[in-house]
Amino acid sequence: MSATATEPNPKVSAKLRRGRPELYTDYAADMAMLNTPGKRLWTGLLILGLLIAPFYLDRSWTSLFITVFVFAIGAIGLNLVSGYAGQVSLGHAFFIGLGAFTGTYFGGTDPNFLGLGLDMAIWLPMAGIIPAIVGWAVAPLASRVRGLYLAIVTLGLLFVGGHFFNEFRSLTGGPNLGRTAAPPVLFGVDFSAAGPLLGIEMTARQRTYFLTLVLLIVAAVIARNLTRSKVGRAFAAVRDRDIAAEVMGVPLARTKQTAFAISSFYAGICGGLISLTSGGRLDPINFAGAEGLFLSVTFLAMVLIGGPATISGSLMGAVFVVFLPRFVEAFAHYVPLIGATGLVTVPQLENILFGVFIVAFLILEPRGLFGLWLRVRNYWKAYPFSY
Amino acid sequence: MEALIESIARGLGQGSVYAMLGLGFVIVYKGTDVVNFAQPALMILGAFFVSWFTFDAGLPFFAAVPVAMVAAALLGAAIERVALRPMVGQPVFSAAMVTVGVFFALLTIATRLIGTDIRRAGDPWGLNAFVFADSIQVFQVDVAKVVTALLAFLAVGAYFKYSRSGLAIRATASDQETALAQGVKVGRMFGLSWALAGALGALAGVFIGAGGVGFEPISALIALKALPAIILGGLDSIKGALIGGLIIGVIESLSRTYQPGLAPWLGANFDQVVPYLVMLIVLMIRPYGLFGTPEIERV
Repeated sequence: MSATATEPNPKVSAKLRRGRPELYTDYAADMAMLNTPGKRLWTGLLILGLLIAPFYLDRSWTSLFITVFVFAIGAIGLNLVSGYAGQVSLGHAFFIGLGAFTGTYFGGTDPNFLGLGLDMAIWLPMAGIIPAIVGWAVAPLASRVRGLYLAIVTLGLLFVGGHFFNEFRSLTGGPNLGRTAAPPVLFGVDFSAAGPLLGIEMTARQRTYFLTLVLLIVAAVIARNLTRSKVGRAFAAVRDRDIAAEVMGVPLARTKQTAFAISSFYAGICGGLISLTSGGRLDPINFAGAEGLFLSVTFLAMVLIGGPATISGSLMGAVFVVFLPRFVEAFAHYVPLIGATGLVTVPQLENILFGVFIVAFLILEPRGLFGLWLRVRNYWKAYPFSY
Repeated sequence: MEALIESIARGLGQGSVYAMLGLGFVIVYKGTDVVNFAQPALMILGAFFVSWFTFDAGLPFFAAVPVAMVAAALLGAAIERVALRPMVGQPVFSAAMVTVGVFFALLTIATRLIGTDIRRAGDPWGLNAFVFADSIQVFQVDVAKVVTALLAFLAVGAYFKYSRSGLAIRATASDQETALAQGVKVGRMFGLSWALAGALGALAGVFIGAGGVGFEPISALIALKALPAIILGGLDSIKGALIGGLIIGVIESLSRTYQPGLAPWLGANFDQVVPYLVMLIVLMIRPYGLFGTPEIERV
């Protein structure tokens, strides 16, 4: 490495590189986030498409995309701890709830409940930092146990934490009552009201869309960079064989602790933003007991369906899980026996499909949607000699 | 004093239900290395079967229970064949997540079957109670729970100890490849483990809707409290499932009786989370529970 650092890297001419997209002349280019022209092109097109989309989509689709962006942040967090570091967590909903109520504590303006009324520039980071500290604190307990024991421990955390949310009424409003969440006012700009953003007049929904999109891109880029770093390699080593990793000098307890803390940070940010998807209200019941378990499993489904240990998979998983109900609704009347009088109602069909998709992906394509994409890509890469 | 004895009796009853569910978890875990998160759904469907055979099919209650157990056992075996068999050789985490998916699908089906009404098991015990020393009430259903659980544990213990297929299941649990080499049909043993878990789930489900209370789909979450029970007892110990279940049941019942008076600041329904708190504390002190086998890892 030092040799390439001292003398300038001899650039390969554009003529030589043509038709050889995978010709790398240095390590950095090989490990770059967008290391092929195809990736650069499609990522650019995707971001461009997402930037112009809200001006052509109707309100409900824009809202759906906002939900995707917010959930994707949480899914990336769960993927870091479960997909990359291999520590299965059913307690993700607890950290999301913790982020939601931490954000509300620092930013809440409702005089009936606790709230400091600070700007989003303060409450959103705090919504991540406090869960990260809690995650850091409970991780030693979690790192005493492994595998399936861990899943059960985190399940316990979910129920105990949910009880805490339900009973801390002066902050959370109590179960089934809830309270208004912290308003998304960033540097004095209220994203829950219509107005100009970067000189373009927008509706409240469009402004929220861009806010969450930008936050998601930042979160995804940081996560992707993290997984390419020493920390990310330590996560993978712990996942693949924790004892072997320890023998090779990866500090086991600290790596697990880091994974939990970072994952909880992402969960907290997702929680801080989750009120944007639910009309600005928060209800502790959504993060406690059965509902909390459902939320945790929803995030696990995003990771498993999207593709464990891939950031782009988390995004695909979030899109899939959030859009699934919409598609089921749209196609349900073409199928007989679905509906209020039929065998199952539409929401019930959604839940059944949800379970079936988790099972089907685990059995048929454990790499998730990302794996399906890889198959397609490899087919066309080797075309016409693919088989 | 009366309150204490009554509370302990209720706790032993509830703990017996956890113990039966825990036994189902333990059998599947020992036999196939999978934590069966679908057990709550098996329990609630078992409860529905009992209710359906009693009220809709018109069977007497004591005939409906075994029929429902057979139905739940078949369902368990079917789940294993369809969803879990392809996962053999995959990471245990993936297999556990498959059971989570199955749980969701089955729970929704149970929701549809049960509907919005609260169903009852149609048991003969109802709210009848034995009265001791003039004033101490012990509900008959709690006695029935304890007796059933003890009989179930004895039956399962005898089955594993004396029967040919029980021995085969134990052989599979101890080493799959060696068992295969000795001519044990390992796949069938997996199915049998799940069938046993299904039958035990249905047996526990009987008591979810018995004793004057009904059950609804969300009652399935009661079964998750068997997880603290088996963590306390040890994930792979049958004895642990019984003792852990009873301990968790009694602790939960005692906290329900005394926490509102002694520590009201812990909030309403605190007894619902006590099992999980106990579990977290146990794991800090003994990660493998009271009777569990410590995992020995080789690289």
